[in-house]
Amino acid sequence: MSTTTDETKEVSAKVEAKLIPIYVMGKKYEVPESLTIMKAIEYAGYKYIRGCGCRGGVCGAGSTVYRKPGDYKIYTGLACQTVVEPNMYLTQLPFYPAIRAIYNFHELEGKPEEIFELYPELFRCVACNACTKVCPMDVEVMDYISALKRGDIVEAAEISFDCIQCGLCASRCYGELPQYHIAQLARRLAGAYLTPRAEHLKTMCANIETGRYTEGLNSLKAMDTDMLKKTYQERELEPATAGEDWTPKDSTYL
Amino acid sequence: MSISYYPGCTLKTKAKNLESSALAAMKELGIKVEELDRWNCCGAVYSLADDDLIHIVAPVRDLIRVKERGHDTVLALCSMCYNTLARANHLMKNDEEKRKTINMFMDEEPDYAGEVRVVHLFDYLRDDYGWDKLKEKIKKPLNGLKVGPYYGCTLLRPKEVALDHPDNPSIFEKFLETLGAEVINFPMSTQCCGAYQVLGNPDAAVKVSHEILTDAVAHGAEALALTCPLCDYNLGRRQNIMQEKIEGSPEVPVYYFTQLLALALGLPAADCHLELNRESAVNLLKDKSYI
Amino acid sequence: MSYKITSKTIDDNLKRKVSEISGQMASKCFQCGTCTGSCPMIEQMHITPRRLMALLQWGQADALRNVNTHWICASCHVCQVRCPRGIEIPKVMEALRLIKLRTNENYIEPSNLQPEEIIDLPQIALVSGFRKMTS
Repeated sequence: MSTTTDETKEVSAKVEAKLIPIYVMGKKYEVPESLTIMKAIEYAGYKYIRGCGCRGGVCGAGSTVYRKPGDYKIYTGLACQTVVEPNMYLTQLPFYPAIRAIYNFHELEGKPEEIFELYPELFRCVACNACTKVCPMDVEVMDYISALKRGDIVEAAEISFDCIQCGLCASRCYGELPQYHIAQLARRLAGAYLTPRAEHLKTMCANIETGRYTEGLNSLKAMDTDMLKKTYQERELEPATAGEDWTPKDSTYL
Repeated sequence: MSISYYPGCTLKTKAKNLESSALAAMKELGIKVEELDRWNCCGAVYSLADDDLIHIVAPVRDLIRVKERGHDTVLALCSMCYNTLARANHLMKNDEEKRKTINMFMDEEPDYAGEVRVVHLFDYLRDDYGWDKLKEKIKKPLNGLKVGPYYGCTLLRPKEVALDHPDNPSIFEKFLETLGAEVINFPMSTQCCGAYQVLGNPDAAVKVSHEILTDAVAHGAEALALTCPLCDYNLGRRQNIMQEKIEGSPEVPVYYFTQLLALALGLPAADCHLELNRESAVNLLKDKSYI
Repeated sequence: MSYKITSKTIDDNLKRKVSEISGQMASKCFQCGTCTGSCPMIEQMHITPRRLMALLQWGQADALRNVNTHWICASCHVCQVRCPRGIEIPKVMEALRLIKLRTNENYIEPSNLQPEEIIDLPQIALVSGFRKMTS
């Protein structure tokens, strides 16, 4: 599909791919069947200025809504991850307006009432489940909203962990909730105030403060680039099959 | 019989005293319940519009969870949850057209046709467990506690889900008698506390709640027992506001029915989370040496 | 409060809409006033439930739009269990509320609630209040 011109010779690679019809915002295009929606849209001649980010299924910019002929259901997917299907009707919905509450995080303590106060609309949820059905990451959105209504922030943080903040849940919400912003607050509160602190982190910080690694760091700093590369390449790696009791030969900094 | 327990939105936080005392009491009585592992808020108020089914989806979803679990009964402690679940169940059982629409709408869930039985702890104790059996289990009867049973609305109305006669009920009296308490009947025991009007018209809610408390006290009650976190808020927690706004408002200790049950069963006060009750409620229990 | 009923003030559309939403026939009401006598919220209402039913029978849409009766109703269902004509009056009140709410207008604004109020209120109050009074 691509043609590159070289000074001395011309290389032409041709890939045979079956073309299938898709409809982008109502207009029909013939695109290779193996492409993702994002590639197909570009193949059709569109250029992304926004509505496209990491292309790796994480950033949440490529949320796409589509339908299939003869089927009432609404389908969703990430444009960079979902392969086109014949006759799909699609549009990208890269952004959906939702208000994120303003708060000073350090003044919060991780109480359910703090979420209730910032997002009272939480209580307008009717459990219609449209959010869960539309989530391209298969997050059980309705379930984390339920958890928050009863004050279980940790549960909500766990359920919403895979959320990529694409906003499709908010686009379909009967109660007009900004679910993904509420979940973000829940994860922040859970992480900062409600889950146990990592004890080894404390020990490690204390070690750093007492200067345990200063000498080692200084010796690295003193190396030239080549020496640094060599040291990096020759470092001892933990074998993939190593058991729990594995330790490196040089245990100076353990 | 296998019973699912449905807590409802408020019982894990502000009405923890209702849940923890009930769970401890049921354990003591040998009533085995299992909390649904996935449940959503029932919506608290049942939709009263003939053409509105979306607000019935939430309680039906909970009933489906019960059925999925293979349980035949779901038990609620909060009377608003009981009412909403029971009415949704009644609809799914008896209205074929609406049942079809709701089942079709919830295309991600299995169909439901009202197969589950919805009970409140009250009718479970009366119809399944039995007052006599309960009486045998009472270790510390609440002798001398003059308590008014406050039914509120949703256990008794509308008729299709009423636990007892809407105007002349006796189930709460029977329950308190079994615990050994002295039951104080008062005319306003079935009058509404103002419910959600605490949001829309808070003064109106304060006024009716004040009437109820005054009536109970006038008939000799030294405390009130109730079943609903919203009643508890209007009649209990908001007594401070009432006392600010209406001169001569009484201070009335208010308890969840399950707290009195747990104490009468001889369970430790810690199960009752009395820190969530009014100070006067704790003091009265101390005065009477129940705790 | 008195109302002058003329041919110009009669609007049968509202009556029909209430009946569609509630499934209740206002014309069944014979004005006994049991609802009014039973209602705990009566003091704050502009007009009593009995008078509301009368205005509905007469299709007095403008008058009904301007009264607060259905917004003060707490859906306690006492009127319903006592109505000798078997009218489910709470459903009539809900229909009147919904006629406004369905135009995307709220009776209370969740965003305007005071933080200290929300912190104090139990979830059950917010859920039920929003159900009844927001669109």
